[in-house]
Amino acid sequence: MKNRSQRIINVARLRAHYLLMHRIRALEEVAARAFEDKLVHGFLYPSIGQEALTVGVIAHLTKRDLVLSTHRGHGQALAKGASSTAMFHELLGREGGICGGKGGPPHIADFGVGLLGSNGVISANIVIGAGAAHAVKLKKEDRIVVCYFGDGATNRGPFLEGLNWAAVFKLPLLFVCEDNGYAATTKTRTMTAGPGFLDRASALGVPAVEVDGNDVVAVEATAAELIRKVRAGEGPLFLHAKTFRVTGHTSSDPGAYRPKGEVEAAKAHDPIARLRELLIGAGVAVDVLDADKASAYAEMDAAYRSAREAAFPAARMAFVDVQDVGSPLVEAF
Amino acid sequence: MSQMTYLEAGRIALEEEMRHDAMVWAVGQDLGRGGAFGQYRGLVEVFGSDRICDAPISEAAILGGSVGAAMMGTRPIADMRMSDFVLCAMDELVNQAAKARFKSGGQARVPLVVRAPIGIHWSSAAQHSQSLEAWYAHVPGLVVVCPAIPADNKGLLKSAIRCDDPVVFMEHKALLCSEGEVPDDVDYTVPLGQASKVCEGKDLTIVSWSNQVHLATKAAQMLAEEGVSVDLIDLRTLWPWDKTMVFESVERTKRLIVAHEAVAVGGFGGEIVATVAEKFGGAIAVRRLGAPRAPVGYAPPIEDAVRVTEEAIAAAVREMVVCKSGGAPRGA
Ligand SMILES: Cc1ncc(C[n+]2csc(CCOP(=O)(O)OP(=O)(O)O)c2C)c(N)n1
Ligand SMILES: [Mg+2]
Repeated sequence: MKNRSQRIINVARLRAHYLLMHRIRALEEVAARAFEDKLVHGFLYPSIGQEALTVGVIAHLTKRDLVLSTHRGHGQALAKGASSTAMFHELLGREGGICGGKGGPPHIADFGVGLLGSNGVISANIVIGAGAAHAVKLKKEDRIVVCYFGDGATNRGPFLEGLNWAAVFKLPLLFVCEDNGYAATTKTRTMTAGPGFLDRASALGVPAVEVDGNDVVAVEATAAELIRKVRAGEGPLFLHAKTFRVTGHTSSDPGAYRPKGEVEAAKAHDPIARLRELLIGAGVAVDVLDADKASAYAEMDAAYRSAREAAFPAARMAFVDVQDVGSPLVEAF
Repeated sequence: MSQMTYLEAGRIALEEEMRHDAMVWAVGQDLGRGGAFGQYRGLVEVFGSDRICDAPISEAAILGGSVGAAMMGTRPIADMRMSDFVLCAMDELVNQAAKARFKSGGQARVPLVVRAPIGIHWSSAAQHSQSLEAWYAHVPGLVVVCPAIPADNKGLLKSAIRCDDPVVFMEHKALLCSEGEVPDDVDYTVPLGQASKVCEGKDLTIVSWSNQVHLATKAAQMLAEEGVSVDLIDLRTLWPWDKTMVFESVERTKRLIVAHEAVAVGGFGGEIVATVAEKFGGAIAVRRLGAPRAPVGYAPPIEDAVRVTEEAIAAAVREMVVCKSGGAPRGA
């Protein structure tokens, strides 16, 4: 692995990361506004503060590679190439939504860009991700699977079963544990025994590496190495990254259970601010960075506007895509 | 009597039972901060974290652990957050909790409450909106409770906690903020297996439970203005269900509609209708109203498309009472 202190940075690439991180944050902030405008019907699970881990890993994936995201996975969807417009249409439950308005905030999926989707059931994607990688291997395809999940997901059975499965079958899979320290209102540490996630993964035969999840340069370098190995057939591997959830658990949670000062302290490690500082240090003009940021908000404002103007899906869509065999409608005798 | 919410009535029931019996405790995610919906607010301050016990996201252990702890004579409330997550602990509920007494030849008792809110609420979509009460009614060994009003939420939760059988206790998420009069008496309980009469009528019987009772009540009010009188029964407990009250009613009205939010196919309405048909032959006209066999979607029109509305109930009643009045009941 590269010596991180050297920090040989590729400015053009990092600027692309900067833009994408701002697009993710703008999506979340504009979505929060839509929630306040009472145009989002369910709850949002904002990913503000967690952008670097998404961008630094997915930067190494091709369109054919597959991602399973978390319920907090709007950023992962955007990074994998999902359209912000189709996502806003989904969040507002409108026609043109990425899942036809049937999924809503924690169910974004876009198979067209290799996003197998997020899941409303914690930990479920760990075994589904293992199965997707199993199929990739079975079909001898040249692609890999990245499966994101939160720290809280490591305490359900599918974590053990999915990691063991992936290791037994030597699957082309990278597990990414997005450790923001909380599972809803619970500090995950208080409900998690043992030395930590790295030891859990390695005990199950999945070699694990740790990275500062708020440092996009470090994430990118670490992920490069892990993904190279997974592509070379050395999977499954496990990346554990510490990050921080700046908002409450959902758009209706003020997060009052957190100790005073915790959020403020975490903001000092904000991944976007850190990258901005690095880019300014590397000679990128402030106006250029501000223009990137402005374009991100302009994109999301436009996506929100488009969604607001769209029609709701027809009620009959409730009975489409249930299953092939048998009508969902109750017979009227 | 005090005016309070359904949520608060449940919270008080638990608090009273915890004071009454030191063996009562609750375990689940986020309980120390009041639980997912605030049903446990303030309780950790009173009873401490041993009895209002936080849990990891480990549904199998929350429910399975509660089975073991119940066998040991404690009385756990396993808080599953939402009924959709009970599915992550199905072995623990169906193979373990429901079977432990029988397979041990009566040595084990599992005085456990599985608290699992159901229902369509706030566009929560396919994985957070289900009403699967019929599944549990199908499993020998389980008691199944679905309260519709604050007073019953209090009285039935207290009975569930005092019951020595495993009880699947399903509040409805859309009812948590609904208000009603609740008896203050600490000895107030509602017996398991006893339905309640919401309104008296002579033309047709509606049996319902949970949030659907409120839609059936609205339908009955609409119909009353049209001169149709409905005998509306809130079943409250699905297993065991109050056959006495239902039979007495349908014998008078000769017509029965069972209305529930759950999918109609395989729903508990089918069980009630079949029981009535077996007992009374063709003498009673019967009908089930439930959701289409489709998951619950997110966008409001898609979510609404699977609701059994008050209009749908009223239309079904009119069809049975007005259009077919005097004629032989359907199927006869
Ligand atoms: C099986 C299951 N149990 C409980 C929940 C409710 N729930 C939704 S998100 C969440 C916290 C998840 O924490 P973590 O995995 O760390 O992800 P984070 O929300 O922090 O991103 C919980 C408990 C759920 N969705 N699924
Ligand atoms: Mg977390």
